[in-house]
Amino acid sequence: MRFVDEYRDPAAARALVAQITELVGDDHFKFMEVCGGHTHTIYRHGIEHLLPGGVELVHGPGCPVCVIPMGRIDDAIAVAEEPGVIFTTFGDMMRVPGSTGNLLAAKARGADVRFVYSPLDALRMAVENPAREVVFFAVGFETTAPSTAVTLLRARQEAVRNFTVFSNHVTIVPPIKAILESPDLRLDGFIGPGHVSTVVGQRPYRFVPEVYGKPLVTAGFEPLDILQAIEMLLLQIRQGRCCVENQYTRCVREEGNPRALEILAEVFELRPHFEWRGLGFISQSALKLRSEFAEFDAELRFTVPGVRVADPKACQCGEVLKGVIKPWECKVFGTACTPETPIGTCMVSSEGACAAYYNFGRLHREVAIGVGSKR
Amino acid sequence: MCLGIPGEVVEIVDPVRQLAKVDVAGVRRNINYGLLEDEGVVAGDWVLIHVGFAMSKIDEVEAELAMQGLKMMGQAYEDEVRAVVDSQIG
Repeated sequence: MRFVDEYRDPAAARALVAQITELVGDDHFKFMEVCGGHTHTIYRHGIEHLLPGGVELVHGPGCPVCVIPMGRIDDAIAVAEEPGVIFTTFGDMMRVPGSTGNLLAAKARGADVRFVYSPLDALRMAVENPAREVVFFAVGFETTAPSTAVTLLRARQEAVRNFTVFSNHVTIVPPIKAILESPDLRLDGFIGPGHVSTVVGQRPYRFVPEVYGKPLVTAGFEPLDILQAIEMLLLQIRQGRCCVENQYTRCVREEGNPRALEILAEVFELRPHFEWRGLGFISQSALKLRSEFAEFDAELRFTVPGVRVADPKACQCGEVLKGVIKPWECKVFGTACTPETPIGTCMVSSEGACAAYYNFGRLHREVAIGVGSKR
Repeated sequence: MCLGIPGEVVEIVDPVRQLAKVDVAGVRRNINYGLLEDEGVVAGDWVLIHVGFAMSKIDEVEAELAMQGLKMMGQAYEDEVRAVVDSQIG
């Protein structure tokens, strides 16, 4: 149990692993962790190698960087290359490949592309550069979308006319539904996303047990949180229960954050369709600015090509995002596709399953084989 | 990018724009607390911060433990702190 020593409370981790092992018995369970932050924790701490063979973790689509399709990156680059534009983005998005390169390459060609930590930093740049057009490349699930919404409310209040948002915000429930409807995957339960749930709460997941008969446990981001969520899923199954439970009670409330949801609804509305990398078009799965905020909508202020671009043939991000294959089973994993020169989005973000596995998983796997019998 | 980082509210700097100064890993920066306006935020509160916004209140013990957990994440933690340091929300 070498890895356990790195945990905050090794004794608690050992106890949880023992309890999980007992609950699993000789059966096999397949659980999906929806959130990329969880994927990162799982690989970073070698959790897969602590678990008994009867528990398989499948990595889900909850990495907002990973699910942006190539066509949207092309649109972002087209906007960034408009004269006078300062194009602002979270660092993660810089290396996501479009059909003819990424934002970093656009920057090298002379486009003014800048990292920001917060949409409020982008708004500040707009105020400080009144002669320029500042565009914020908004990505993220319900965790991040309220922050963009608050920023837009402030932009309107302060009449900042040279600030727009290119919205690529997505919502968490539709992809979970798409995965449950997918015939290639048989899951026994879900580890529900942590920080998305601080906003949306627990209610939106009720359809998972009620319609699809699968348990869901919302979890925090530490190794112990993940282990405890797995234990809670197994307990439900063994006790014949099936419901939504909350392991991350220190941050997530049943009702979520009503104020954040209110602000979201004031600023955004659902798009009829949005394309997800690897998952295709999912209806009502993404957010656009309401018409009251049209003056802040980059898609209306600028001409975006809006062309759909198919994923590269060699790239199997779609299958990774749906949990159909493991990162290392992709044909180009670690060879043509690495974090330095990613082909697919899953290799770009540190929360992407491929990058997480590339950076940590391989190492842990080797060490685990070395420790083998002690597991 | 969905990591949250704990910070302690040092002072409310602009109640109209809902800005508070927080201490994150020894660095002081402004964040927006508008998403927590129903609960109210005062100096001494600990909050979980995501892209410059307070997402939820947490207690001090939890904040300390969360920080230890984040530090175990290595690069992802360092990237998050560097991003906070570069932020100049005003």
